[in-house]
Amino acid sequence: MIARRILVAASAAILAAALSAVPALAAGDVGQLEKQPINLSAIGMFIAFVVMTLGITYWAASRTRSTSDFYTAGGGITGFQNGLAIAGDYMSAATLLGLSSLVFAKGYDGFVYTISFFVGWPIILFLLAERLRNLGHFTFADIASYRLDQGKIRTFAAIGSLTVVCFYLIVQMVGAGQLIKLLFGLDYNVAVIVVGVLMVVYVTFGGMIATTWVQIIKAVLLLGGGILLAFLALSRFGFSLEAIARSAIASHKDGVKIMGPGTLLADPVSAVSLSLGLLFGTAALPHIMMRFFTVPNAREARKSVFYASGFIGFFFLIVCVLGMAAITIVGTDPQFFEGGKVGGKLIGGGNMPVMHLAKALGGDLFLGFLSAVAFATILAVVSGLALAGASAIAHDLYARVIRKGEATEREEMRVSKIASLVLGVLAVVLGIAFEKQNVAFLVGLTFGVAASVNFPVLILSMYWKGLTTRGALAGGIAGLISAVTLVILSNAVWVVVLNNPAPIFPYEQPALFSMTLAFIVTIVVSKLDSSASARAEREAFEDQFVRSQTGIGAAAAAKH
Amino acid sequence: MHSPANTPVYERVRRNPKFHELVRQRSRLALVLSAIVLVGYYAFMMVVAFAPGLLHKPMSDESSLSVGFPIGAAIIILSWLLTGVYSHFANGRFQDLTDEITRETLQ
Repeated sequence: MIARRILVAASAAILAAALSAVPALAAGDVGQLEKQPINLSAIGMFIAFVVMTLGITYWAASRTRSTSDFYTAGGGITGFQNGLAIAGDYMSAATLLGLSSLVFAKGYDGFVYTISFFVGWPIILFLLAERLRNLGHFTFADIASYRLDQGKIRTFAAIGSLTVVCFYLIVQMVGAGQLIKLLFGLDYNVAVIVVGVLMVVYVTFGGMIATTWVQIIKAVLLLGGGILLAFLALSRFGFSLEAIARSAIASHKDGVKIMGPGTLLADPVSAVSLSLGLLFGTAALPHIMMRFFTVPNAREARKSVFYASGFIGFFFLIVCVLGMAAITIVGTDPQFFEGGKVGGKLIGGGNMPVMHLAKALGGDLFLGFLSAVAFATILAVVSGLALAGASAIAHDLYARVIRKGEATEREEMRVSKIASLVLGVLAVVLGIAFEKQNVAFLVGLTFGVAASVNFPVLILSMYWKGLTTRGALAGGIAGLISAVTLVILSNAVWVVVLNNPAPIFPYEQPALFSMTLAFIVTIVVSKLDSSASARAEREAFEDQFVRSQTGIGAAAAAKH
Repeated sequence: MHSPANTPVYERVRRNPKFHELVRQRSRLALVLSAIVLVGYYAFMMVVAFAPGLLHKPMSDESSLSVGFPIGAAIIILSWLLTGVYSHFANGRFQDLTDEITRETLQ
């Protein structure tokens, strides 16, 4: 009850802050071209979304009593709902803004990037979905540590999850800041803080129930908005993809080169490393894995991947059409370039083509709608991330490792709420530090770390009897250190953030090297491990295997 | 929290021949479908890296669209359809078999 009262007070405070910001904006600083005049319809639609989601959070708060409710919505989400929610998690600001802007800037290369984002889905279904559901309880660490040393492997898996969560939070925060700067005329930093505050409110009070429903509503809005925008774009070209292509070739500075692979992935090592990172990183994103624990059984888990990949694939194809259409419609229109110079710097930055496309095709009202949806997208995804991070801290590190399973549900819930608050602050700080990055590349980096740290231990614990605690730990640490080091030494951090003249690691993607290293180290160390505990761990595989295949023993996790 | 070593329930499942049939058939389906997606995707990425010219070819003489676009779209659509194939069998025949095994075991 106290929680709900605090929630009401917090909601009122946020709304008041949002409204009071409006007159301050009217004064606006005219000097900065990037900032836009206030779009009242956009602000109205955004506030409507916030009010609706806070209403859901209020409702969800009354249903979030146990840790199971908090982490997994009590296992009561259907396959279709979960499919939409997974699609929502995946259709983030990076995919809407980042992928469409890559297609806008690079043509076919952007499309290749998009395909690489997608093909992980079938693999997740074929190799992982039912096993995740049958073995998992609240977190990915539950599975990794199923038959291995609880303290060590759980700690390590939680750290892996938190690293990925932090990287991905940066991506989302950067998207939020740029978007709101363009739409509301708000300062980048203020925008990032607003996202951080709302995220903490959703997660802390509404847990997984609120996070899932925010995600579902947003997915429906985003799909609807995307379809409408694609329809408007196609109508400009007589509903002919051929006409869009012809016009794009004529408008783009690279001409006909945009119709095939170009410079972005010209280096085969880059291309393979990128695809490995995206393919296997997808499977190991903690906020995606967590969604498999919200459905009641393996049957619903499979259905959710089928629905999710359908929505995601469809949306990705739409995003590419939008990017191609924007090459002509946005790329030749002076009103979208700073100083009206076509081919110069886009107003609002390189990630904004799809937003400009909305304005060109549907005016301020549609821009407002899409901006509100994109903002909602970011809020929903960061909430999922924060929940995944909070569960790693509260369930894995606090309840299982520090308290060794002795913590009460109340204590665990309290820690998870504090953890989400801390993650909120961290997200804001990191979001501000990473302002100047292209979000799509940062996504690639996130996936590289997920693929090198979480994926090897996840897949080997489920598929390889020989995995031992020592092997998992050594391989995981090798993956984590190599992936993070390579990211730091790559252009994105070494040059852009740390201002060094040239990157030491020449590729954007660490996965090819770091994931391979993690697998090799894990397997070699496991093979050499002849300890008694290693023998017991290998023997325990047989029972784990039966449970992963049949779900016997997992049913209890879903009943609440 | 877990790992009850060789619990009798799991031992009973392992003695059921239907369990081994389930594992064999479902794993084969999963492996074949994964192989189709992975081989298709990596073949595509190899072309992107080593023979990009192939994807630049226009669909016809007067077409502006390159063959790369329908090929890319086909990768997305076909791999989605394969998730439908897997769900169909795994949630139909294989789930029935799983339910049977569970019933026989927990009796």
